[in-house]
Amino acid sequence: MKRVYVNEKWCLGCRLCEYYCAFQETKESDMARALKGIKINPRINIEEKNGISFAVSCRHCEDALCVKGCITGALSKKEEVILIDKERCVSCYTCILSCPYGAISPSQDGAIKKCELCTDSASGIPACVKGCPNNAIVFEERLG
Amino acid sequence: MKHLIIGNSAAAIGAVEGIRQMNKSDQITIISDEPYFTYSRPLISYLLSGKLSLEKMNYRSKSFYEDNHVTFKYAHAEKVDHLNKQVFLDDGDQMSYDKLLIATGSKAFIPPFAGLESVENKTTFLSLDDVKKLDAMGLESKRVLIIGAGLIGLKCAEGITKKAQSVTVLDLAPQILSSILDYDSSLIVKQHLEKKGINFILSATAEKFTQNTLTLKDKTQIDFDILVLCVGVRPNASLLSGIAAIEKGVVINERAETSVPDIYAAGDVTNGVAILPNAYVTGECAGINMAGGNKTISKMLPMNAIGFFGLNIITAGNYTGSIFELNKDSEFKRLFYQDGLLNGYIMIGNIAKAGIYTSLIREQTKLDTLDFPLICEKPQLMAFRLEERLEKLGGKVERMKFFQPEI
Repeated sequence: MKRVYVNEKWCLGCRLCEYYCAFQETKESDMARALKGIKINPRINIEEKNGISFAVSCRHCEDALCVKGCITGALSKKEEVILIDKERCVSCYTCILSCPYGAISPSQDGAIKKCELCTDSASGIPACVKGCPNNAIVFEERLG
Repeated sequence: MKHLIIGNSAAAIGAVEGIRQMNKSDQITIISDEPYFTYSRPLISYLLSGKLSLEKMNYRSKSFYEDNHVTFKYAHAEKVDHLNKQVFLDDGDQMSYDKLLIATGSKAFIPPFAGLESVENKTTFLSLDDVKKLDAMGLESKRVLIIGAGLIGLKCAEGITKKAQSVTVLDLAPQILSSILDYDSSLIVKQHLEKKGINFILSATAEKFTQNTLTLKDKTQIDFDILVLCVGVRPNASLLSGIAAIEKGVVINERAETSVPDIYAAGDVTNGVAILPNAYVTGECAGINMAGGNKTISKMLPMNAIGFFGLNIITAGNYTGSIFELNKDSEFKRLFYQDGLLNGYIMIGNIAKAGIYTSLIREQTKLDTLDFPLICEKPQLMAFRLEERLEKLGGKVERMKFFQPEI
């Protein structure tokens, strides 16, 4: 199945992926207006040091430790995509304890946050991928 | 193939999902001595505090049994006849099986306190019925005494602080949460809980109960209206006693098989680490193998994520070796390392990306292959070598490309 892959060689560290991710979540039409004055809490995060940078988001693991360990059943896997049911999450953070990539984060709304590959978007292409100006984030089929 | 599962929590559900990964046709029956849809046991304190409704306690969506063609039967399994592959139930029924899974979890351990029988309002805190019992005692304007400052006792304390008149937690140990914290870190959490109104009496030995009074060994007397016993849990392994190998819990191998053919065990009833993720994983492994698959699990890591009144704690592994410590503002962290490996860690307050540390313990990652000072500072993939970062984030294709010699 298609997943988000990143290639740090092409990453500029511009953090546009983070902004597009946060914007996608607002469901607004104007990015500047939607994000103005807001401290974003995106589901993809740039790691950066000494000129190296890359984006990290959910890998949608085949053997998903977060789903198996979820104490409420809020995390589930549907068609290879790991989804979070915010209504059922109690923010116990067992998933944060389990995720080897650090791709799950707390949020202010009482539930955890993670990439769901923009499965709710019309285009079917994740916003971070669409917004990356240098193809450092791609959405494609690979071996794993 | 006929699968019989005794138990209805994480390990049992893991087994159902494991079996269904293999096929859709095997017959599955769940026997539970609780008359409820599968619910998440760790959530009982949330129900008690009113944070969650009964319906939100469900561990799976309401159509789970139907979707997975599971027959649910409310009964208490009394005896296993492994020679004739039958289980006897308390309603007189007997059920035959091809493969049997014991996922009966744990039961409260109650020390033989003198005079305990004279206490009228008392309960343990492990099940939905325990919550109902506590609620029925009417917490309002009651003084609650909790014996045991472990995970269960403190989650109970958190759940009732707003309702009860007072909450006092007593423990034999000199610290709280001794199963997941070292002494220093326990002080941080204790202070936080005290600020929220919970009283502690530590290093205390209960001598005897006389109705609503507990007398300690040092003759201090504590009056209470409700007693909650959270001293500890023990594997609920009696169904297999005299049948299969039992140490502390049921002994299983890496395929979740017991010492008896066609009988599997998973979750808290086993010898393993009693936490929900491990219960699910061993249950799933058992299920896959029961349905003819070949799944093995590695040794389970002790690990825990828990929060009290908004203070989050994540821990894993064991706390031996050299210590890296970070203690500033509202963040406390200790990493324990030895012989080039991470043994364990404790994070309080800021728990971001903790799973990267967990993976270092699980994978036995050699610390000299990492930028150790960087990963001590905070868990991050940047601390890994380039080829590992590429594999983690780019999949196997990237790794192949990386190792291709340039021509």
